Amino acid sequence: MSADPVTSGITRDEVAHLARLARLAVTDAELDVFATQLDVILGAVARVGEVAADDIPPTSHAVPLRNVFRPDERHPGLDQEQALAGAPAAEDGRFRVPRILGEE
Amino acid sequence: MTTPTLVGYDEVLEHFDPVLGLEVHVELSTNTKMFCGCPTEFGAEPNTQVCPTCLGLPGSLPVVNRSAVESAIRIGLALNCSIAPWCRFARKNYFYPDMPKNFQTSQYDEPIAVNGYLDVELDDGSTVRVEIERAHMEEDTGKSLHVGGAAGRIHGAEYSLLDYNRAGVPLIEIVTKMIPGTRERAPEVARAYVTALRDLLRALGVSDVRMDQGSMRCDVNLSLSPRDSGVLGTRTETKNVNSLRSVERAVRYEMTRQAGVLLAGEAVVQETRHFVEEASGTTRPGRRKETAEDYRYFPEPDLMPIAPPVEWVKELRGTLPELPWERRRRISAEWSLTDEELRDLVNAGALDLIEATVAAGAPAGEARSWWVAYLTQQANSRGVTLDALPVTPEQVARVIALVASGELNNKLARQVVDGVLAGEGSPDEVVTGRGLAIVSDDGALVAAVDEALAAQPDIAEKIRSGKVAAAGAIVGAVMKATSGKADAKRVRELVLQRCAPVRG
Amino acid sequence: MSELIRLTAAELAEKIHSREVSAVEVAQAHLDRIAAVDGTVHAFLHVASEAALVSAALVDDGLAAGVAPASPLAGVPLALKDVFTTIDMPTTAGSKILSGWRPPYDATLTTRLRAAGVTILGKTNMDEFAMGSSTEYSAYGPTRNPWATARIPGGSGGGSAAALAAFEAPLAVGTDTGGSVRQPAAMTGTVGVKPTYGGVSRYGLIACASSLDQGGPCARTVGDAALLHEVIAGYDPLDSTSIDEPVPAVVAAARLGASGDLSGVRVGVIRELGGEGYQAGVRSSFDAAVVQLQKLGAEIVEVSCPHFEYGLAAYYLILPSEVSSNLARFDAMRYGLRVGTGASAEEVMAATREAGFGPEVKRRIILGTYALSSGYYDAYYGQAQKVRTLIARDFAAAFTHADVLVSPTAPTTAFPIGDKVDDPLAMYLNDLATIPTNLAGTAALSVPSGLADDGLPVGLQVMAPALGEAVMYRVAAAYEAARDAEDGGPLIHRVPEVPA
Repeated sequence: MSADPVTSGITRDEVAHLARLARLAVTDAELDVFATQLDVILGAVARVGEVAADDIPPTSHAVPLRNVFRPDERHPGLDQEQALAGAPAAEDGRFRVPRILGEE
Repeated sequence: MTTPTLVGYDEVLEHFDPVLGLEVHVELSTNTKMFCGCPTEFGAEPNTQVCPTCLGLPGSLPVVNRSAVESAIRIGLALNCSIAPWCRFARKNYFYPDMPKNFQTSQYDEPIAVNGYLDVELDDGSTVRVEIERAHMEEDTGKSLHVGGAAGRIHGAEYSLLDYNRAGVPLIEIVTKMIPGTRERAPEVARAYVTALRDLLRALGVSDVRMDQGSMRCDVNLSLSPRDSGVLGTRTETKNVNSLRSVERAVRYEMTRQAGVLLAGEAVVQETRHFVEEASGTTRPGRRKETAEDYRYFPEPDLMPIAPPVEWVKELRGTLPELPWERRRRISAEWSLTDEELRDLVNAGALDLIEATVAAGAPAGEARSWWVAYLTQQANSRGVTLDALPVTPEQVARVIALVASGELNNKLARQVVDGVLAGEGSPDEVVTGRGLAIVSDDGALVAAVDEALAAQPDIAEKIRSGKVAAAGAIVGAVMKATSGKADAKRVRELVLQRCAPVRG
Repeated sequence: MSELIRLTAAELAEKIHSREVSAVEVAQAHLDRIAAVDGTVHAFLHVASEAALVSAALVDDGLAAGVAPASPLAGVPLALKDVFTTIDMPTTAGSKILSGWRPPYDATLTTRLRAAGVTILGKTNMDEFAMGSSTEYSAYGPTRNPWATARIPGGSGGGSAAALAAFEAPLAVGTDTGGSVRQPAAMTGTVGVKPTYGGVSRYGLIACASSLDQGGPCARTVGDAALLHEVIAGYDPLDSTSIDEPVPAVVAAARLGASGDLSGVRVGVIRELGGEGYQAGVRSSFDAAVVQLQKLGAEIVEVSCPHFEYGLAAYYLILPSEVSSNLARFDAMRYGLRVGTGASAEEVMAATREAGFGPEVKRRIILGTYALSSGYYDAYYGQAQKVRTLIARDFAAAFTHADVLVSPTAPTTAFPIGDKVDDPLAMYLNDLATIPTNLAGTAALSVPSGLADDGLPVGLQVMAPALGEAVMYRVAAAYEAARDAEDGGPLIHRVPEVPA
């Protein structure tokens, strides 16, 4: 038995919501284009639902490795200057970012 | 913020049963971070303990710190959890400037340890079994400084400054199952649990567990269930609980606040609140979110699954120290202590010292007696803790041994201890230095006894006529004459001997 | 001087190491070539002339002092896809959001190239964050196919492939997530290899889809690709997905293959990737290639991989999901573009990502966010990962009947610039033959299989099991030798002269 096929497409509102979640300030024009394109794409990729895979384990890693660890030892990193080198803004050795609205 | 109506504590419990849940985050004291080889020291200059990986630079990749996994397994074992035979890391996706990748590498539905418990002792000696849902590994975030707002708070800040030294430090999150049935003791149970957990983690040596430094953080979940209904209420989560006392206060406050809301006929809002330390300790709402956060968890593709081999887990189990309650149980049995006596010892911080003294050869009773009585007195008068006294358990054991062998009596022994505390050297050196050895030469003692008897003939007469109690005065005189360096017991024996009626 | 640029990497190495020619001369010849043609081809985003000459001079100095060359490729120039971090060159991943970004660290692959004495000429153009099949999604303008400059060179690694085809470099490195090394190789008549997943370190490779990305060698000949493969592959403790096994002996395998004898090798033709529905010229080129392999002694068998038809769908769920997470870090807080002042962090993040990402990247981020959403995860991402398991099993089953599998690399030859750029689904179809390999984590390469009737290159894809690169290189080398014999020399030398 295959997974429940998702038949409904994706609406413009949904695309807008997803864009917000992904921190993309898309324009209205983009929304129109994306909604249509994504609806088509989603229709195509939903094909995976046709495959009977109830008792098939999902693959998350293409290489069968386990227990890959490193010893708890120091490894040289970056100095403060290197760390801040690409920063759009910095102050007192820290990255300076605009005011954060969200809670900590 | 409108002041919520608070309901009296007793009234709360008339109507409701509190249901408690506690989430504790523990920063591991490993040498390096969870996924990279950067140091984890507290207090370094900002952004000096970073690398491409913990800064989340494009192209960087994580590699798991073996030591952190060991700590996680040991914590799980100490909490009586099952260690997952196979588990993975997962990405928890959300945007926040203190998270360099805008996802946190954590564990979602496959934690490394599940289904354990911690038996927590309350002040009155009763025990509550707190069930542990899970313990899992994750990484810490960076630290933000908010500039321009009130008291460094995020609200009203103009901008923020980010330091990523802490980003990537290994965290273990320990989550309890819901704790029902605590009734009016919910605040106490919460505090006792966090305390017991802290002591356990300290005994394991996996973390500094300093709530004041943030290496142990507690989130308090609380809901109220209508009395005896078994129906669960809406839960709030309170963060920023920075001390054991705050844990207790946060629970108490939320109980009264939620009761006030419910009794006014309104619904408790499911939200995250912040604990406010000032005055009596209250909680205030966090930012209300439009929708519940969907973290879009999926297995971390950059890290391989962890499948701890059985032999490894067994080996780690062998490294567990005697856990605090196991030790207390053993000591209680070995030293034949009552629960109250044991608790006194624990509270006095004397347990380790006494154990070490016993390990150095002293009988438990003597060891306990010295530390709890005379040495505690000395510590108090000096204004220091017992373990700060300049005398070692081995030295105390030596003094006890000297008394047992008759070379010192208790009074002399105290003088010897005084000498050690004063820095005059080891017990033996003080004995020699101050000439404190007991006079054990019978000949000298008999002479002293006879002298004393001769000096107090009426008392001597009393003793001869059978009033043995009067011997005490003679003993006292002999002790004085020998500057206390006589074995009082022996002196008394000699006094009675010398006064015994001569049998014809 | 102009002859130097026509030589293979192996030939150049031989001349440099015997001191017949200096590494500096060779570097300069290629830099001159870049200056002459890259205005048209636009393979390069950054040319590091000074650094390249310094690096080449160091190799010459060493050789002059009698020190053995650091590697068989010491002094040979190379073009590096702009997705690998380089401490002394900008790394943009083809995106505006990283315009001018100077990484503070080298990728492991970069470090290995430097240690090998390879002369890195510069960084090549690519579809933004490796998402695309034509290099048209580069924020810096498309790259042109030297075979026909109004056409795409393939993608996402079109810059590396075009640089080879335009003789701007004898070697290049690309990354292959769904075909981004192999498909451009097919489109430009060059060789491109996707090693076994975990075979080449991803540390310093700006991630697209973490479970699919793999760096790979690109060259004009199989032998050159093999030499480069042995330099860049190998275990890296900084990459948890890196395989701790010896690098397959691909140079030896290529040499063996060049002898032209494939007796004992079983070659599987995958029914589902047999070319049905592909461009006619591609189909016939493939059929002829199979005949050729048979002539070389290989046993041809037919195999079926029934779940391959779902590969595209699974891929375009898994990739966007991982992308949506991997690209979240580009938020204007720590590096890269920042747009918007006086606004909140959230607003700056959103405005920057809007301005800094192109349409294909945005589409995939949105799609991935959707596929991972609670309520949709099981049907989309979860289900796709199950299909992935089935595809891996199809391969495993096929490899019990065959030592290598073959198919056309791409369904069409190079299409005109602009043809599919507004039709994402049509663009995705370019990858249907290459995607299964990435999903399974196995190895594959594309080797030129002649020109189609439109005069444009076609590629033959040869696939091998994980860590089975040796037999893949052997088959490709044998086929290449036979083709060269038949064509009277490598086809690449027939590429038209690049118009000014």
